[in-house]
Amino acid sequence: MDSSRRRVLQLLGVSALALTTKPVFNAFAKQEQAAETEAAFKDGKKSLKAKQWAMVIDTRKFESEADLEPLAEVCHKIHNVPHLQNKRHEIKWIWGTHYHNAFPGKAARFLQESVEHRPFLVLCNHCENPPCVRACPTNATFKRDADGIVFMDFHRCIGCRFCMAACPFGARSFNYRDPRPFIGETNKEFPTRMKGVVEKCNFCAERLAVGQLPACVEASNGALAFGDLYDPASEVRKLIRTNYTIRRKQTLGTEPSVYYIV
Amino acid sequence: MLELALKGGKKYYGWMTFLMVIVGIGFLFYLRQLDFGLGITGLSRDVSWGFYIANFTFLVGVAAGGVMVVLPYYLHDYKAFGKVTILGEFLAISSVLMCVTFILVDLGQPMRIMNVFLYPTPGSVLFWDTIVLNGYLFLNIIIGWNVLEAERNGVHYQKWLKPLIYISIPWAVSIHTVTAYLYCGLPGRGFWMTAILAPRFLASAFAAGPALLILCCLIIRRVSNFDPGREQIQSLAKIVAYAICINVFFFVCEVFVVFYSQIPEHMDHIKYLFVGLHGHGAYVPWMWASMILMLVGIILTVNPITRKNEGVLAVACVAIFLGTWIDKGLGMIAGGFTPSPLHEINEYIPSLPEIGIALGVWAMGFLVMTALFKIAVSVKEEVRG
Repeated sequence: MDSSRRRVLQLLGVSALALTTKPVFNAFAKQEQAAETEAAFKDGKKSLKAKQWAMVIDTRKFESEADLEPLAEVCHKIHNVPHLQNKRHEIKWIWGTHYHNAFPGKAARFLQESVEHRPFLVLCNHCENPPCVRACPTNATFKRDADGIVFMDFHRCIGCRFCMAACPFGARSFNYRDPRPFIGETNKEFPTRMKGVVEKCNFCAERLAVGQLPACVEASNGALAFGDLYDPASEVRKLIRTNYTIRRKQTLGTEPSVYYIV
Repeated sequence: MLELALKGGKKYYGWMTFLMVIVGIGFLFYLRQLDFGLGITGLSRDVSWGFYIANFTFLVGVAAGGVMVVLPYYLHDYKAFGKVTILGEFLAISSVLMCVTFILVDLGQPMRIMNVFLYPTPGSVLFWDTIVLNGYLFLNIIIGWNVLEAERNGVHYQKWLKPLIYISIPWAVSIHTVTAYLYCGLPGRGFWMTAILAPRFLASAFAAGPALLILCCLIIRRVSNFDPGREQIQSLAKIVAYAICINVFFFVCEVFVVFYSQIPEHMDHIKYLFVGLHGHGAYVPWMWASMILMLVGIILTVNPITRKNEGVLAVACVAIFLGTWIDKGLGMIAGGFTPSPLHEINEYIPSLPEIGIALGVWAMGFLVMTALFKIAVSVKEEVRG
């Protein structure tokens, strides 16, 4: 190898290194910057605000799957969640399941009859300490500082599915194929997804931004309550204060924000 | 030196063509996957990682296993391994290439891969895995290439390589440790949540990597004028023997903890793999085959009579390679996802296109490995005249 060629290669190497280090520095410098960008984001006047959004589900008010159906239906409809026949490719944000599936390890050998037959609504818990956010290699899933919602950027997600492995609640779905042909009626107000990205419940952040409660809460006839976990006067705190509530897999320390009255 | 990979006999070109055909078939399947999405695999909402990630995990081990010839030579001045270190380094290069490719084919949006570097996330283990894997790849390319070139020119390798060589040793350990951390730090996945996962990965790596290396040495001796040496092969065999024993011992530790404590979350996965759970047991014959293969490997490599017979040793190495592959490349990932967090069982069976793509990646790795070994062997033949 003659010396000029070597020189060019060296220069190339050094410039490549310089190019790659910048984003790394940025990542470590991000913490200070975050506050500024947050302030720059303008909230609408009507938007609902909270330190940490939370949900209380009064499971006593649901007797059968049929009672849950309208809730899941409205959610999946407004969020353009496709209906896929193949169970492996299924996408769901909110659905009903048995007590022993929602709370494995908490199901006694003999259970109260009504609990055994009652459907339990499950969805993303918007954990205060979310393992999925820890796992994501691109920050495509992140916890919003403003209101604690565990959010997703569908355009940044690389589809590695690390978040799905990290979530102890099975709350996340992956688009194993193009979902668009399987959306009944597309809601133009909300983005559709493309194949190869992960998705999940977003606590209806788009509705909160315009002063509306999450769609499932609205459709629940009072069975679901929604509010700020850190506001002692909020409806969720009132319910938690006056009822015995449980959360899914509390021992894992993820601090789920969905509480269940059983 | 690259030109050496182009000069070969009919058998060499035949083998390379064969590999290229498999790469081509795999690539066609991959085009289909790019078009349709990962739905052409057997993956599901519950088992969201499968064959690709499992093979990735296994191959990280094979790559790390290369250090078993580098370490004794450079750290303990075990001269005999000087002849084969280059093979270890080149094995590492081709294995890491396969690893990176397996990650790439597993991504739902592969064209967004640069997001990992554009939005670096130091809290994510996957981010670190990308760093250590690529680092290990470059370390081995730089070290292997320069040392071989120096050997060809009859000079001592450059001084600045020495620190890189020393760094590459703990780096090899790091790649498999970080890969284990991908799994063992996840809450709610009882099968992986064990501090012994990284050590276990390393033990099986140091068995599988050198086992493959022994097989390569035996083949190289047959097809070229370069003899990696009997002593070298025997020393490698002893390393394999210890590593496979430790691997099985670690597994026994795992089984004891899980079944003596009887915590269902941890028990259910191992039950699913070895005896079946709620009527689902697709992996049962495989897992037992893995255990038997590893035990056969132990018997044949620990016993000096069988170990010293190179024909028997070859059989042992195949058994160990297959046994550890089933353990890690088949059971480790699917087993961790079944049963699901909601305690449902949706069995994962890799689909035909998925296996095709995986075979394509393996063939690509072996293609690179053959070319690299061809270069190394040609240099060795040249030097020895």
